[in-house]
Amino acid sequence: MPTSLATPADAVVAPRRINQRVIPGFGLSMGITMAYLGLLVIIPLAGVFLGSLGMTWEHFWNTVTSRQVMASYRVSFGVSFAAALVNAVFGLLVAWILVRYRFPGRKLIDGMVDLPFALPTAVAGIALTALYARTGWIGQFTYFIGLETAYSKTGIFIALTFIGLPFVVRTLQPVIEDLDPEVEEAAASLGASRLRAWFTIILPALIPALLTGFALAFARGLGEYGSVIFISGNMPLRTEITPLIIVKFLEQYQYAEATAVATVMLVVSFLLLLFINLLQRWTESMGQARR
Amino acid sequence: MKVISICARPKATPIRLLVLLAASILLGACTSRDSDRLELLNASYDPTREFYAEFNRAFIHHWHEATGQRVNINQSHGGSGRQARAVIDGLDADVVTLALAADIDAIAERGLLPAHWQSRLPANSAPYQSTLAFLVRQGNPRNIRDWDDLARPDVQVITPNPKTSGVARWNYLAAWGWALEAFDGDEARVLEYIRRLFANVPVLDTAARGASTTFIERRIGDVLINWENELLLAIQRFPSTHEIVVPSMSILAEPTVAVVDRNVDRKGTRALAESYLEFLYSDIGQNLAGKHFFRPSNPLFLQKYDHQYPKLRLFTVEEVFGGWGPANAKHFRDGGTFDQVYLRP
Repeated sequence: MPTSLATPADAVVAPRRINQRVIPGFGLSMGITMAYLGLLVIIPLAGVFLGSLGMTWEHFWNTVTSRQVMASYRVSFGVSFAAALVNAVFGLLVAWILVRYRFPGRKLIDGMVDLPFALPTAVAGIALTALYARTGWIGQFTYFIGLETAYSKTGIFIALTFIGLPFVVRTLQPVIEDLDPEVEEAAASLGASRLRAWFTIILPALIPALLTGFALAFARGLGEYGSVIFISGNMPLRTEITPLIIVKFLEQYQYAEATAVATVMLVVSFLLLLFINLLQRWTESMGQARR
Repeated sequence: MKVISICARPKATPIRLLVLLAASILLGACTSRDSDRLELLNASYDPTREFYAEFNRAFIHHWHEATGQRVNINQSHGGSGRQARAVIDGLDADVVTLALAADIDAIAERGLLPAHWQSRLPANSAPYQSTLAFLVRQGNPRNIRDWDDLARPDVQVITPNPKTSGVARWNYLAAWGWALEAFDGDEARVLEYIRRLFANVPVLDTAARGASTTFIERRIGDVLINWENELLLAIQRFPSTHEIVVPSMSILAEPTVAVVDRNVDRKGTRALAESYLEFLYSDIGQNLAGKHFFRPSNPLFLQKYDHQYPKLRLFTVEEVFGGWGPANAKHFRDGGTFDQVYLRP
């Protein structure tokens, strides 16, 4: 539960001597952390780079910039970005409602937010396709007004929005819970309208968490494969996502080419996440400076 | 403060937890070894699911009668290429029973079995065969009769992506083979035909089962190209909504089987694995293949089940394309004819 999110500041209350940490076991826990991260993250990711090392630079460059691969970057990054953006707006709304209002069924909705986490992505993809295809419950209306919802970029967008929602909601919820109501009360007593208080007091306090949620949803969208391939139609140059390009190379036993594209994905994703992280730090320090 | 109180409890120190974890892993390793029960892992492709479920039961019975030993058969299904990659990457399969000889070739290239594996068993290591046919909506509303109808502008065709699906490569080569004959070997016209055909494909699923779902459940498209055995099975399940159309000619698909030498030699299961594959050629195996709508490679059994297979002219990959190696290189590699279909400058 979010209430047990003890900040490090809570723990550092006792006076401390130099080089002696208040919480014992730093060496052991740090050692386990490094081993864990090494085995699960660093070594596999290093393997991706190693896999593409056997290629000549020219072959690497031609592979990662071929027309089909370039088109897939546009689809993957573009649609993931759009889906994360929409999730940032509506996820904020969902989190706000869940924290600030009491209504029947709130616990149920709160639990449902996590479903996209738990549902196997292939199941999500099949269910969404069944709903949004021309013959589906929702699809019959969207196609009636001329909107192709399945087997198009819109379909990818729907899948990625579904997948990304919990990331935004779950990052924002504890932060909204921790908002000090006194600040709002002070704003109100100083004559600020509700709207003004929301935009000048509440939103700035939420922006760092909102950026984190956005970044998580965006990253998740970039890597998503299972649900997208069912709903996208997978047409070359139009609705192929980059993970599918990687799978296509693998299916042809072209391991080097697959890792080359994966490397590009990895580097670009890392840079984007780093940028968002820095942005988040910056907004956080801005917020602190204002206080 | 809750956090600290948990840590203070003596029971859950990290070291104790680690010891507990290590102990449970050791315990698990000890109990999972069951020495008198033989294990066999068969890595197969998707449409063989029902066939191997029944075949494995028959083989377990046969092996028990012959040797008195009990066998556990673990059966794994997936896209043919994906299964081959899993074996290359270390899946401990004793035997592979895949859709394309090319996929087993890829395993052989990594040294897991000898290059001449295909000559070790009868009938090019293909105990059962199949071909491709069309599935259309009941009453055949678009009047689809043959391969040329698939390139008509008013027809939508469902076939998976040849880059990711084994059956889609068979589909592609079957269409190519038909066109090659229809246009007297004029490859420019063949490519033009293939382009028009794929312009009619609204969805490129990644695998055969996905394509079937798109066509049958999503009701997208007018015609589905798929394995004959899959279509016969579908007709058996949905007799009133779809019907099979048999083109004038098609490709003879030879799904191949092989023992993975490096795995069986390490596990000491060679005799078992070899008998397992040989049992596919036995009367029982051939009968089961026919029952599940494959074409038995033994002519005697092919004749027995002859009534259920549509009559059409069949050509092989060797005859038209000179084998899977050249076929893959020409059509499915980067820059091959399939890429030219979509990446027209």
